[in-house]
Amino acid sequence: MKKFILDLIVTKNEALNNQYSLIILTSSEKLPEILPGQFAEVRVDNSPTTFLRRPISINYVDYEANELWLLVQIVGDGTRKMADLKIGDICNLILPLGNSFTLPVKKDARILLVGGGVGIAPLLFWGSYLSERGFSCNFVLGGRSKDNLLQLCEFERFGNVFTTTEDGSQGERGFVTQHSLLKGSNFDYIYTCGPTAMMKAVAAYAAKTKAICEVSLENTMACGFGACLCCVTDSTEGNICVCTEGPVFNITKLKWQI
Amino acid sequence: MANLNINIGKLQLKNPVMTASGTFGYGTEFSDFIDLSRIGGIFVKGTTLRNRQGNAYPRMAETPSGMLNAVGLQNKGVDYFINHIYPTVKDFDTNIIVNVSGSTIKEYIETAEKLNSLERIPAIELNISCPNVKEGGMAFGTSCLSASQVVRSVRMAYKNELIVKLSPNVTDISEIAKAVEGEGADSVSLINTLLGMAIDSEKRKPILSTVTGGLSGPAVKPIALRMVWQVANAVKIPVIGMGGIMNAADAIEFILAGASAIQIGTANFIDPTVTIKVVDGINDYLDRHGYQSVSEIIGALEL
Repeated sequence: MKKFILDLIVTKNEALNNQYSLIILTSSEKLPEILPGQFAEVRVDNSPTTFLRRPISINYVDYEANELWLLVQIVGDGTRKMADLKIGDICNLILPLGNSFTLPVKKDARILLVGGGVGIAPLLFWGSYLSERGFSCNFVLGGRSKDNLLQLCEFERFGNVFTTTEDGSQGERGFVTQHSLLKGSNFDYIYTCGPTAMMKAVAAYAAKTKAICEVSLENTMACGFGACLCCVTDSTEGNICVCTEGPVFNITKLKWQI
Repeated sequence: MANLNINIGKLQLKNPVMTASGTFGYGTEFSDFIDLSRIGGIFVKGTTLRNRQGNAYPRMAETPSGMLNAVGLQNKGVDYFINHIYPTVKDFDTNIIVNVSGSTIKEYIETAEKLNSLERIPAIELNISCPNVKEGGMAFGTSCLSASQVVRSVRMAYKNELIVKLSPNVTDISEIAKAVEGEGADSVSLINTLLGMAIDSEKRKPILSTVTGGLSGPAVKPIALRMVWQVANAVKIPVIGMGGIMNAADAIEFILAGASAIQIGTANFIDPTVTIKVVDGINDYLDRHGYQSVSEIIGALEL
């Protein structure tokens, strides 16, 4: 897919709570085609401590409204600057980058999407894409506490939503992989994004239940388009770039000990 | 419109703006963003005799005004380059220069010999300055004796333009530059990255898997500029300057300090179109100051 460097305009920047912001961007021109799982490299302006762009998952694309959504967790100066963007500000992005999730073969496939923390971001777009194509989705979304559970109303538009929190403040207490849904059901396809430890637990569950499993990695990177070779993951083909060969990987391609 | 043509020995450049090895892939990674034929040259990713997996992740740490990398020369080897990459890049309307690295002098020679036969590779850049490999690399470039040995050996085996890339991790870079000039290097390029380190205090662990890595970006520019100036004053062969160039003004500073051409590295990650902006910016500068040709400002620093 052709990559673009675009100056997009901020139309909304909503603090979901003190840790997360939802930035909605638009353009005077039609947005390019973007696939679920892909990401953008966002330039951070006016932050002396932020040198590189920030790789941010595409949270959702509304082609009718010509809107691109980015869900940002504030972890440092760069993401803080992004959270401070005002309506009308310009945000420079390189996109679309990376590959995408793979559609199930059968329409009646039993599909589970598991997200943790800001890792839920690409799963909303993927859920919408699956739902539009007639697949039914089950989402299990987890966080440390209810403050880490985000966009639940948005997810409910595209499937059944289940939640877990480590402190029990919302949904079932525990980790996503301990949710009762996983004990009672079998799934054909499992898609996951979140902390590595969580994804490994999900991958282990998928392996045990013989589900096809795709994980979305978030390795640190300098460029996002295959030039710097910094974001590699160890795979069955050796070290490969997460930005170009991923960020979505079938678990069989990774050398995870699960 | 000023004349931007520059010759580095036998190497003819349409302008002095090139890309630094390891920051521009094989050029194809940037073809969505820019017209590659508008830049003076592309230094492709460091190439070794055999396939190298590079270092383990994490390989990168952001720093104030720069970044540390510890990629460790990941590449598929020179034969893969010749068979799978050269057929594509040979048709680019710009100079394709291969950065060559090795663990032993024999590996440098064999790699250079294989590249000698490629019609559309007018030069190699001998990397005796990579800080991220256990054997070879920077070890060759940090003493006059070993730098001389490797350049002498490769010079006998390689007939085209031989550029030697110098390490800044030395006491006196001009001594190394003079040593490689004496062994027949056609030009020198500098600087490679500066050896640095980053620590995650919360975890009490180094950020890079290799503990140390190479620092690049604007953080190193004043050091790079000083070294280019010192080397340009010490040798007669052309100097290719690099180190933290982010815009045309930076590039012109290097040329004024004595560089005949420049390479842009880390800036490509942040703005993939930066090379074109620098080409245009140099032209604007020359027009604004009434110069006919970029060659007029090489080493034109007024002391």
